[in-house]
Amino acid sequence: MSGQAQLLPGTLDLLILKAVSLGPLHGYGILLRIGQISEQALLIEQGALYPALFRLVRQGLLKADWGTSENNRRAKFYELTAAGRKRLREETDGWNRLASAIASALSARPEEV
Amino acid sequence: MNFLAYLRSLAAKFFRRSEIENDIQDELRSHIQHRADDLERSGLNRTAAERRARIEFGGHVRFKEESREALGGNFLETLMLDVHFSLRVLRKSPGFTLTAVLTLALAIGANAVVFSVLNALILRPLDVPNPESLYTIEHRRNISLEFSYPDYLDLRDHNRSFDGLAAYNNSQAGLDTDGNPSRVFVDEVSGNYFDVFGIQPYLGRFIHASDEHGPNSAPYIVLNYAYWHSHFQAERGVIGRTVQLNKHPFTIIGVAPAGFHGPVLFFSQDLFVPIVNQEQLEGANSLNERGFPSLLMTIGHLKPGLTPQQAIGDLNSIGAYLEKTYPKTDAHMGFGLARPSLFGEFGGPPTRAFLTALMLLAGLILLAACANLGSLFAARAADRTRELALRLALGAGRSRILRALFTEALLISLMGGALGLWGGAVLLRRLSVWQPVAKYPVHMAVYPDGHVYAVALLLTLVSGFLFGAAPVRQVLRTDPYEIVKSGSIAKVGRRITVQDLLLVVQIAICAVLITSSMVAVRGYARSLDSNFGFEPRNAMLMDTDLAMAGYRGDRVPAMQKRMIETMQAIPGVTCVGLADLTPLNGSLDNSIVFTAETTDLRSSNAAGGVVMYKVSPGYFRAAGTVMLSGRDFTWHDDQNAPRVAVINQEFARRIFGSVASAIGRYFKSSDGTRIQVVGIAEQGKYQRIGEDPELAMFFSILQSPSGGTTLLVRSNRDPAQLAVAMRSKLRGLDSGLPFLIQTWKQGLGVALFGPRMATISLGVLGAMGAMLSITGIFGMAAYSVSKRLKELGIRMALGAQRREVLEAALGRAFRLLAFGSTAGLVLGILASRVLASIVYQATPRDPLVLAGVVLAMALLGLVATWVPAQRALLLDPMTLLREE
Repeated sequence: MSGQAQLLPGTLDLLILKAVSLGPLHGYGILLRIGQISEQALLIEQGALYPALFRLVRQGLLKADWGTSENNRRAKFYELTAAGRKRLREETDGWNRLASAIASALSARPEEV
Repeated sequence: MNFLAYLRSLAAKFFRRSEIENDIQDELRSHIQHRADDLERSGLNRTAAERRARIEFGGHVRFKEESREALGGNFLETLMLDVHFSLRVLRKSPGFTLTAVLTLALAIGANAVVFSVLNALILRPLDVPNPESLYTIEHRRNISLEFSYPDYLDLRDHNRSFDGLAAYNNSQAGLDTDGNPSRVFVDEVSGNYFDVFGIQPYLGRFIHASDEHGPNSAPYIVLNYAYWHSHFQAERGVIGRTVQLNKHPFTIIGVAPAGFHGPVLFFSQDLFVPIVNQEQLEGANSLNERGFPSLLMTIGHLKPGLTPQQAIGDLNSIGAYLEKTYPKTDAHMGFGLARPSLFGEFGGPPTRAFLTALMLLAGLILLAACANLGSLFAARAADRTRELALRLALGAGRSRILRALFTEALLISLMGGALGLWGGAVLLRRLSVWQPVAKYPVHMAVYPDGHVYAVALLLTLVSGFLFGAAPVRQVLRTDPYEIVKSGSIAKVGRRITVQDLLLVVQIAICAVLITSSMVAVRGYARSLDSNFGFEPRNAMLMDTDLAMAGYRGDRVPAMQKRMIETMQAIPGVTCVGLADLTPLNGSLDNSIVFTAETTDLRSSNAAGGVVMYKVSPGYFRAAGTVMLSGRDFTWHDDQNAPRVAVINQEFARRIFGSVASAIGRYFKSSDGTRIQVVGIAEQGKYQRIGEDPELAMFFSILQSPSGGTTLLVRSNRDPAQLAVAMRSKLRGLDSGLPFLIQTWKQGLGVALFGPRMATISLGVLGAMGAMLSITGIFGMAAYSVSKRLKELGIRMALGAQRREVLEAALGRAFRLLAFGSTAGLVLGILASRVLASIVYQATPRDPLVLAGVVLAMALLGLVATWVPAQRALLLDPMTLLREE
């Protein structure tokens, strides 16, 4: 597990939106999808997912419906709403700007200053 | 989202709580199942897989709660959760909960009752239109509200300040509807009375100024609403009915609206009759006598835009005219304005002062209760340090923990408040129908209203926050890691803690209450023992007015003599006397006298104001009044004999210089008649038990006839039996005469009403203070013993003596008690100076009171520490040390 990184505060919401944007998922599925797309590099406490999910539903970024999972079990499936899609776009842009800024800041060499 | 929609969603969430709850529950369970499926696929068996999945998931309850919060609308839900949790915590310590709730119930109840009375008597305006502009005219000189009828007419007709000036007087009469007359309380009102108040009749019509056409011209009755209900069964057909009032026919023309009972708050009448018919009601007509105050009160609305000051100027100019025109009768015609509801300046300021003081004391009780509960809460929080630290360590926010503690405090205060208010309301309902004085129609409408409920709720919430705040500092300073590591942090320091401070404050407050209640009770007891100038024990009073049965002229003294003789014939009766009024019975007949040498009989030349009684021969013996010198009246002191009087000690001293020189001397009554002093009676109390020595004179009732009749019957027989005998004898004399029989002690109820109420209320508050200090000290002592059980055990194991153990366990409690009591005693003595003005003979510089307070506090301390002390002494060090 030493290869896993702690999540930065606020980034969980972004990851959830991203995971759901690839197709409707239930909670456990979202967890698996995040693991998959981050190549198991991010550590998410399983239970902590749900408060975040409910918060996003309440903000109108996700909508949820009960359905049946691939394991033939009842599960609640989450989907992006239009607002959610818009938010994902904005947050992704914001994140990329921030990341490249930080990256370029961290890669600065003495001679460039 | 607009506010309404928000509320709706909140309500929906609130009511669908379990649905949402289930939803969350299902989803989390589904997650764990899916995870377990995966784990099972990797080779675990199902049970192990589910277990593993649950562990991986983390704090199930915490995430559930966070999820619920994330769903929003959580204030109510969190509140419900907090309430739920607090109820569970409180249920776990029923003793604590019960003590706290009862303590608070008492304190809130006391405040609700006192505030309700304050509200009814002072804050709530009279229930008539525009009560704020309603004033009564008072005499500046002696704050009296009484006027003679001619003076009233002049004021009414010549003032430019009032929208009509009404007047009334009260009296009693015999009302005969079916041949069985009963005593009724009558307000004799001026014709414009109802129109000045601006009220409409409930039924029929009111009396109007146009009904007045000279003496006895308006034989009409308007019934009080409550009396119409109780005595006429609310029958609408009474309008137009003719009834006999003092044997004169009167017609019932209307019923006053519910709730209207004139301008004075704590009196109520049975019916209203025009004052122009005064002669039929009182047997004599004093409406033409400018020197005779036949009116109890004048009332009117100030014209809009006029200040009381302007109105007083206007009235005083009429006063100056009256002084000039009628120098004989109208001497001091300076006026002021006062509120009518408590008899103006006569009843207003003392009532206000007393109720304010009482409210203050009740507030102190509540404060003491809060200090008490505050220290209990602080102690509990200290006991729960481990639990709190654990919760903090597990990630609960401090704000959440504080919220839980406040919820507990508020729950307790709300329960206590509800209980206290309920108890208070029961008491107030009793008080509202209470008839403390048989002779007068006292009516105290002190029902709690919206204001009372609002104040009670406010006090409840404030006190909840007050004592809930006590442990806040403790919680904020809790360092979870330290505590979880090292166990509870019982520092046996000598530092003064919040709890100590609270306890001292509380004990001081309680000592103040106990001191003032002792001062009051002792003062009251002494005032009952003091010399009234008559002997109320073993005597019965029979009150009536012969005018009620239509007696007038020569028939009055003849009937009075027959009454005396009939009473004397009752076996066991030692002596009988008769007077128009008895001392300390509420009503007074005031007059002025002149020295024998005065020729210009204007009232400004009077030698003094005197209380006047008209008494029969034998009165002094029957009353138990000692004659200092001279003689009693005889049956020969009648209309044909020279006018004679018996005067009291103060009269003799002030007018004639001394008792010895007064016998045989002359003075002049208000109409100039020369009267010889034949006897001197001991000084007595006439109006209030706390009054300064007043001048009094007694005339022979044969020379100054009066229909007002009080029979004094002295006997050692049982009062109930005697009353039966008296009643049957009086019925035999005249079955149409209504009367009231009571013991003389009961008759003193009027004069003792104020002191008695003061003593009862202070006594109750004192008892509550005592109770609070017991629970406070007990709580503190029990807590300090339980905190130091281990230390005490070690000391005992090392051979400490009982005394040392006690000192270690309770020394601090006792020192705090001593400190608090001393402070309270000093404060109480200072506060009691205020009391001395209300309760006669109340002085805090009374060794008995001081000793009593010290003894009481010591006793309270002993009682309160008894159980904890026993617990400390009965410790078995071995068991204790083994357990730890």
